[in-house]
Amino acid sequence: MMRLPPFTYARPRALAEAVDLLAEHRDEAMVVAGGTDLYPNMKRRQQEPKVVIGLRTVPELRGVGLLQDGWLRIGPLTSLDALANDPLVQQRYPALSHAAGEVSTPHLRIMGTLGGNLCLDTRCNYYDQSYHWRKSIDFCMKKDGDICWVAPSSPRCWAVSSSDCAPVTIALGARIRLVGSGRDRTIPAEALFHDDGIAYLRKEPDEILTDVLLPPVATNGQPALRNTYWKLRRRGSFDFPIVGVAVSLRLDAGVVRDVRIVLGAVGSRPVLATDAAAQLEGQPPDPALLEEVAKLAWREARPLDNTDLNYAWRKRMARVYVLRALRDAVGLAPVEAPSIPTSP
Amino acid sequence: MSDPKPRSPDFSVIGQSYTKPDGLRKANGQSRYADDLKLPRMGFCRLLRSTRPHARIADVDTFAAEALPGVYAVITGRDLPIKYGILPVGQDEHALCSEKVRYIGDAVAAVAAVDEETAERAVDLIKVEYRSLPTFMSIEEGLTKAGEPIHDGKYGNAHRAAALEFGDVDEALKRSDHVFEDSYFFQGNTHLPLEQHACLAQWDPSGSLTLWTSTQSPHYVHKELATALQLREDQVRVIAAPVGGGFGGKLELFQHEAAAAKLAMVTGRPIKASLNREEVFYCHRGRHPVLMWVKTGWTADGRVTAMDFKSYVDGGAYMSYGAASLYYTGALQTVCDRIPAYRWQGVRVLTNKPPCGPKRGHGTPQPRFALECHFDAVAERLGIPVVDLRRRNLTEPYSQTVNHLRITSSGLRECVDIVTRESRFEERHGKLPYGKGLGFAVGAYLCGAGLPLYWNEMPHSSVDLRLDRSGVVTVSCGQIDIGQGSDAMLVMVIAEALGAKPEQVKLVTADTDLTPIDLGSYSSRVTFMVGNAAIQAATRLRAVLLAAASEELDVPTEEFVLTQGMLRRRDGRGVELGFDELVKLAEARNGALTATGSYKPPRLGGPFKGSGVGPSPAYSFSASVVEVTVDPESGLVKVDRVWMAHDVGRALNPMLVEGQIEGGIYMGLGEALMEEQEFRGVRGPRTLAVHKSPSMLEYKSPTTFETPVMHSYTVESVDPEGPFGAKEVGQGPLLPVIPAVANAVYDAVGVRIDETPITPEKVLRALDARAEGKPGRYGPTTLPTYAFPRLLVVDPPPGWGRPEVPAR
Repeated sequence: MMRLPPFTYARPRALAEAVDLLAEHRDEAMVVAGGTDLYPNMKRRQQEPKVVIGLRTVPELRGVGLLQDGWLRIGPLTSLDALANDPLVQQRYPALSHAAGEVSTPHLRIMGTLGGNLCLDTRCNYYDQSYHWRKSIDFCMKKDGDICWVAPSSPRCWAVSSSDCAPVTIALGARIRLVGSGRDRTIPAEALFHDDGIAYLRKEPDEILTDVLLPPVATNGQPALRNTYWKLRRRGSFDFPIVGVAVSLRLDAGVVRDVRIVLGAVGSRPVLATDAAAQLEGQPPDPALLEEVAKLAWREARPLDNTDLNYAWRKRMARVYVLRALRDAVGLAPVEAPSIPTSP
Repeated sequence: MSDPKPRSPDFSVIGQSYTKPDGLRKANGQSRYADDLKLPRMGFCRLLRSTRPHARIADVDTFAAEALPGVYAVITGRDLPIKYGILPVGQDEHALCSEKVRYIGDAVAAVAAVDEETAERAVDLIKVEYRSLPTFMSIEEGLTKAGEPIHDGKYGNAHRAAALEFGDVDEALKRSDHVFEDSYFFQGNTHLPLEQHACLAQWDPSGSLTLWTSTQSPHYVHKELATALQLREDQVRVIAAPVGGGFGGKLELFQHEAAAAKLAMVTGRPIKASLNREEVFYCHRGRHPVLMWVKTGWTADGRVTAMDFKSYVDGGAYMSYGAASLYYTGALQTVCDRIPAYRWQGVRVLTNKPPCGPKRGHGTPQPRFALECHFDAVAERLGIPVVDLRRRNLTEPYSQTVNHLRITSSGLRECVDIVTRESRFEERHGKLPYGKGLGFAVGAYLCGAGLPLYWNEMPHSSVDLRLDRSGVVTVSCGQIDIGQGSDAMLVMVIAEALGAKPEQVKLVTADTDLTPIDLGSYSSRVTFMVGNAAIQAATRLRAVLLAAASEELDVPTEEFVLTQGMLRRRDGRGVELGFDELVKLAEARNGALTATGSYKPPRLGGPFKGSGVGPSPAYSFSASVVEVTVDPESGLVKVDRVWMAHDVGRALNPMLVEGQIEGGIYMGLGEALMEEQEFRGVRGPRTLAVHKSPSMLEYKSPTTFETPVMHSYTVESVDPEGPFGAKEVGQGPLLPVIPAVANAVYDAVGVRIDETPITPEKVLRALDARAEGKPGRYGPTTLPTYAFPRLLVVDPPPGWGRPEVPAR
């Protein structure tokens, strides 16, 4: 890998200063938190900001704490390691602590942050390559070129949303606060993402993600939100998801309520499987229904040949993993292995 | 254990788990690898690598690069016009390509500059005009597609081929009760050493060049570098820096080494070249992808009558070790099972990919995978338990094979007994619940190739010993420890044979100016060959020491015991003498105390062309059982346990033996389940021909999470020609792992995955096929159209077919 190119590093001391810097430098600037995504990309010349604005010195972006209305506020600088080991998160949002603990390796979880994982650059193995490699294919439209090699006749980029935490925050009904110059807005987590490999975030260039807000798991005597995250990847460490499934739901008097099913790593943004959820909403979670729901969710998965392993297999696994996540969420035992079929 | 030789009770060093002499240095960061070396005024080299898989070079414009401030020099193919190659029959490489490029990553130009960044910027300013040629990305394309071949030559892309027959195979098949045939594909994969290649070159104006480099063979780099630079060999000095893993990937001259050396000569500055991980994938020389077909004949009671085998080998863009690799895909089929008649036909095909070469097991893991899976399938077809079937066919110690290989010591049968007993294979195989499975396989490997890479009659290894009056024993040898523990081996063998303490033994290694010949760390030759040379040198000096003591003390030499740096009388009477005192005494009587030893394998191999590949002074043997869990919904395979018994002759250092067994298992599992050199093919308007994943993140190799419980067992058959009876352990244990995984997957879910790596997709496709009533299998179904050369028919060795008698 090449070394980092020259750039100016800014250390704002407050959020307002960071926003001003971002507004001043606009397209030439990028923010960095843990640097586990941006710096390797810069070394490969996939991203070439002239100004890098370090957020580690911005106090407003730190901390984890309960708000008065029962929401949990997580500062985006919270490391993935801290998130994975936070007792309150583990207790109420096990899907999130699990997802955070499944990202990459221990070293990178100590450096990497929740905000960084949510804003993770989309990935594609025609794009996540060195400058020399990309030059050998005359580049791609995500950087320096004008074709998408995954789908050469496509007008758009198909790089893959590969965050573990993004599907979980969407499933949990999280809200995201964005602060820009003269702007301060809070949006549902799913509204942060856009189905395009290049413009994958609906964030204005001068906006900084400042808060991740998780709703209370139960209000007014509701049964608690049950939530889980299932990650498929080749190895037990390092690897990005090639299918991720986040499910959250309540079991209320024998029926499923408030169900949300989100698929990760099967498109350029996390996919909220609304038709599948609607099928399950208000129904008792019997195994046959869960299989139907998994099939509906599976239709939403559109993996392409730009990650590890075969894409048809990944598509098939979306269904298997949605079913596994659903059964886990409603408390059913894992599917028994089928008995040995007779050989032909 | 059934040792043919009684175990010597008097070892004082051998058989103990000494820490590696370089172990602490490596653990605490003190070892200085090639990339750590710095010299005053040093410049940095970067290479311009081809962005086209197959193209003529119309023009290289270096003007802008040369004008960039901080650039010391830019060189192109014009500056390094001489072709070289590791094999005499394969002089097909250029340090920098001038006429054409043959794969994405082939070097075209090199820059030396004040730092790497400047060199990299200059590289980007070099303009190369290419005229693209048709690309050949597979064996099939190499054999059938039209277009200019990758190299000039009589046979086009099918550049090497061979066809050998021992005994009358067709007749034997005709007389067999059963005949079975299967096809297999073994995917290519790479070495993935943790240390990326690096070197530092220095030119002395008086006319000599020194290259420090990460290499498994300073000797071969020395010879090739002199050729490439048009220098006399006495002008070139190659020093191997500590090596952070090789596995066969650092066994010849690489483009960056020749370029850095030339740039050092041009600029008068020391020049460093350090490759990045992507470039290591381009250097490659790894496992050849091989398509294989095997047919065997059997008697009704499960004895092999004949074997017919074909290998179609994907060579990549250059020869490298390819002619040898090709023959190795046909050489060792006969070593584990007695094959009465044997035919092998093979062809190596050039393709526009990084060149393949030797990787741990060199050319033999592919046919071993095919054979062991084939035997497992045959056992089922014959209705004979697989281990029974194998026991009926195992070769015997001190026997010969039909293709003229001499087997000496063999603990194969004992290896089979141990792993099947410890894993309770025979009770549990075929009886585990769906999704759980056990697989069995065996293997054999060389203890050093019988012949060097270039024809000569000289020793393969030499060791110089010098004793200092301080008691220090200085050992000089060209060998290089690549992590396998050959430094520890050398210290221990010298200490044992001489009678010194291991800590008194100091090594000077791997420096072509200072140390005597060793051919290199390949073909599992170092323990066997360096060990024997070391014993010879130490025995000579020991005799001098004992004679001096005998004269001085007036005690017959046979009355002395000299071990662990202390001379005593056998009867315990009289004074004890420390090693330094003994040396002083001997030095006073004899003058300087030096001795040399050397080793050359005995003449081996049959009287036919191609008989140079396969013979070895001894073979190691292994047997393995693998237990897996297969998820039938996803096809994912998890390896739960591996049992591995390995006949190492004698475990000189049991800890290092165990380390090599575990390393072999780990690497084998990676090849079985994950690792593959994949290349992008046709996309829209282009054949991309880029490596799909030249990074440690996306080229999937197992982590500790995927590494199962490993039970390793050492069998000591005590080889009569091995140093203290030792054989090899660096490569053999990899061999049975891969087919044992495939056989375990079959036992678990009833489908045969006849192609590596065994990815979940392939398992599901085979399960789908079975559900549709088709054969439950994933693997090759057709062979390419290719006419092999005329068969060379060779008589079996004299006495073949008669009852076997021990050769000793």
